[in-house]
Amino acid sequence: MADNGKQHPPHRGDMTGAKALWATLANHGISTVFGYPGGAIMPVYDALTFYPEVRHVLTRHEQGAAHAAEGWAKATGEIGVCMATSGPGATNLVTGLADAMLDSVPLLAITGNVASHLMGTDAFQEADITGITLPITKHNYVVRDVEDLPRIVAEAIRIARSGRPGPVLVDIPKDIQLAAFHGEIPAPHARPEAPAPSPESIERALELLRGAKKPVIMAGGGSLDASAEITSLARAWDIPVITTLMGLGAFPSSDPLWLGMPGMHGSVAANRAISEADVLLGIGLRFDDRVTGRVNGFAPNAAIIHVELDAAEIGKIIRTHVPVRGDARQAAQLLVEGAQPTPRPEWKAQIEEWKSRTVTPETYGAGYAVKAVVDRLRPDDILSSDVGQHQMLAAQLARFEKPRRWINSGGLGTMGFGLPAAIGAGMAEPGVRSVVIAGDGGFQMTAQELATLKMYDVRNVKICIINNSFLGMVRQWQELFHEKRYSEVWLGDSNPDFIKLADAYDVPGYRATTAEELPAAIDAWLSDPKSALLEVVVPHEHGVFPMVPAGAALYEMIETEPVRSPDLSAQMQDAAEEASEA
Amino acid sequence: MTEVRDHLLSILVRDEPRVLTRITALFGRRGYNIKSLSVGSTEHPGVSRMTIVVSGDRGVVEQAIRQLEKLHDVIKIIDHSLEKYVDRELVLVKVAITPESRVEVRQIAEDFRSRIVDVGRHALTFEVTGDEGKITAFIEQMRPFGILETMRTGRIALTRGSNADIPTHVYHEGETQALQPTLEVQPREERARHVPNLF
Ligand SMILES: Cc1ncc(C[n+]2csc(CCOP(=O)(O)OP(=O)(O)O)c2C)c(N)n1
Repeated sequence: MADNGKQHPPHRGDMTGAKALWATLANHGISTVFGYPGGAIMPVYDALTFYPEVRHVLTRHEQGAAHAAEGWAKATGEIGVCMATSGPGATNLVTGLADAMLDSVPLLAITGNVASHLMGTDAFQEADITGITLPITKHNYVVRDVEDLPRIVAEAIRIARSGRPGPVLVDIPKDIQLAAFHGEIPAPHARPEAPAPSPESIERALELLRGAKKPVIMAGGGSLDASAEITSLARAWDIPVITTLMGLGAFPSSDPLWLGMPGMHGSVAANRAISEADVLLGIGLRFDDRVTGRVNGFAPNAAIIHVELDAAEIGKIIRTHVPVRGDARQAAQLLVEGAQPTPRPEWKAQIEEWKSRTVTPETYGAGYAVKAVVDRLRPDDILSSDVGQHQMLAAQLARFEKPRRWINSGGLGTMGFGLPAAIGAGMAEPGVRSVVIAGDGGFQMTAQELATLKMYDVRNVKICIINNSFLGMVRQWQELFHEKRYSEVWLGDSNPDFIKLADAYDVPGYRATTAEELPAAIDAWLSDPKSALLEVVVPHEHGVFPMVPAGAALYEMIETEPVRSPDLSAQMQDAAEEASEA
Repeated sequence: MTEVRDHLLSILVRDEPRVLTRITALFGRRGYNIKSLSVGSTEHPGVSRMTIVVSGDRGVVEQAIRQLEKLHDVIKIIDHSLEKYVDRELVLVKVAITPESRVEVRQIAEDFRSRIVDVGRHALTFEVTGDEGKITAFIEQMRPFGILETMRTGRIALTRGSNADIPTHVYHEGETQALQPTLEVQPREERARHVPNLF
């Protein structure tokens, strides 16, 4: 790590609220905080200089700080911490908090605020951030008495990590940061035990599984830490496994029992298996609408067993026959113990047939490029993505042997997530390659974080931009559902030269524009000792298939790309000419 | 579809800033309809008690309870439909009077054991407490004379019997105890008909 000019003063005496904050974070083993300073949080930044054991990473935008903290948390399973000043700094965190809320990411956000006596007066840079973030945090606090500060921060960390994880925000007025603190710095709370599933519910689940002729397991983001148990469960019962977008890696992709991802861009095998199954065992998931498609067409023949920690998720979307409320790990373990594998040759044969319908991109395009990149990943590599077609392609084509190697924005679908998240993950595991696939659109939402790479001399972040000159995913929907009226999705005329952009930040750049150039470019990019950027220029028109249209049932999926009318770019040209004539 | 009806919930919450907003925002965001809401402090310092009447079918109410259970401020939720309870509401009703109707109005009020809290030249204001049935009946009786204004406090409720609803150890470290889901199996066709259409 580069010396970022931190001074290390000799003593820490005169405890203030700000110092108590850092002491509490340090006591909790927080080693890295992503943030951005400002007037209302200056005492905290001043006190930081007394705590060299906590590294502060200066991002270039608070949204970058929040996503970097998320990337950290998703890769490690530990809490990520971000920090911002009041008003505009705090509101810039909002997207990251909403993202963490929907994807159950443990996150602690610290915001400064104007002095207590100014709060509520529309003071300079005042925003009611606890009010604003109320629906997108698990809980939030305003610290009103400095003596409460460390206790609140410790409690915030406990809440963020316990049960179903999520973001917690602590807002600290400036006078509280400066006030003298006399209390004790609390030790971390013990992590509460996850509730054990009830024996009756396990018994009921076993009963259903024993009688099942066409069973299928579906594992979500809440099952990542139960990956070993789920793997034994599937193998012991010989039941095929589907992993959701958030659950990719919960079950090894190389296992013949793996069917891929379900839902809107799910695999043929996964979606057909759900539609035909007689018992569906869902573990650690929330039946998101992108997963279920039309709800009353979801698993229409199946009895549903739902293993879930969060009671509110059970029965929220899909009526459950056997709710198993509790820890995924314990539940899977108990289900292994009761295993009674039954041969189901017909079901297996059916599944093999569906699996053979997997589409591999053969002609040069976004899918081809994504496949070429993900095929080069090693099992330890962390793969992040931004949001769009490239994300769905990566989710379809990448193979994960382990959990917590796939980092993306599932619930909120946040463009701009990829680069900062990959930086956070890369900083959490500096010995591991942190690869990010982004689109030309989303990359530009947080491209300024290239500066963070430069500033900290991060060497393991590999950025791949799939440049199709379009907001590809929106274009695909316009093509399919809006009679090709390509409204406001063309980026081709205004995209920067991505290589020059990277160069401006001292990040080496590589480019491929054809299938022939691709392998050498990937090699050069991955073997560069520094963090590097690869731009893959692909044809403009390329869809992601299979696809279940919004509002349709999973069994109504379109399996392969429909034949398209030729030459999209010519159309765009015409449209541009017409517009300029008018 | 299970029937849509009123459910009476008591929610014990930490008495902290924004707690009311948190609870009502949750109802608002998820589209649950609050019919009445009353809040007051309890005999335990730091604990407030809300009575919320929410209308919906059983599924909606169960979901509302489970979402509420997750809030850090919530200590306990009592669903009064699961046990015997007493409930009351206080209503102020201002009724128009004429020299001819005066006696009759007073007589009705007496029958309902209602007190007069204000006497005007052309109106009397009554205070009525009781359960919903009594209050509705009172208002219906007075309606023909002309109701000028009413103000209701919203319903409040307590479980019957000698057990206290508030756990003695309220500021516990762990999670609030979330509901254990029922092990109820529904026939598949039923299920398909009951799922909300999300699109
Ligand atoms: C912040 C944000 N704004 C808008 C969207 C809507 N959106 C979803 S995908 C997409 C297009 C993404 O384009 P690009 O980044 O170029 O990736 P591609 O789909 O071409 O791979 C858009 C605009 C979003 N998900 N997030």
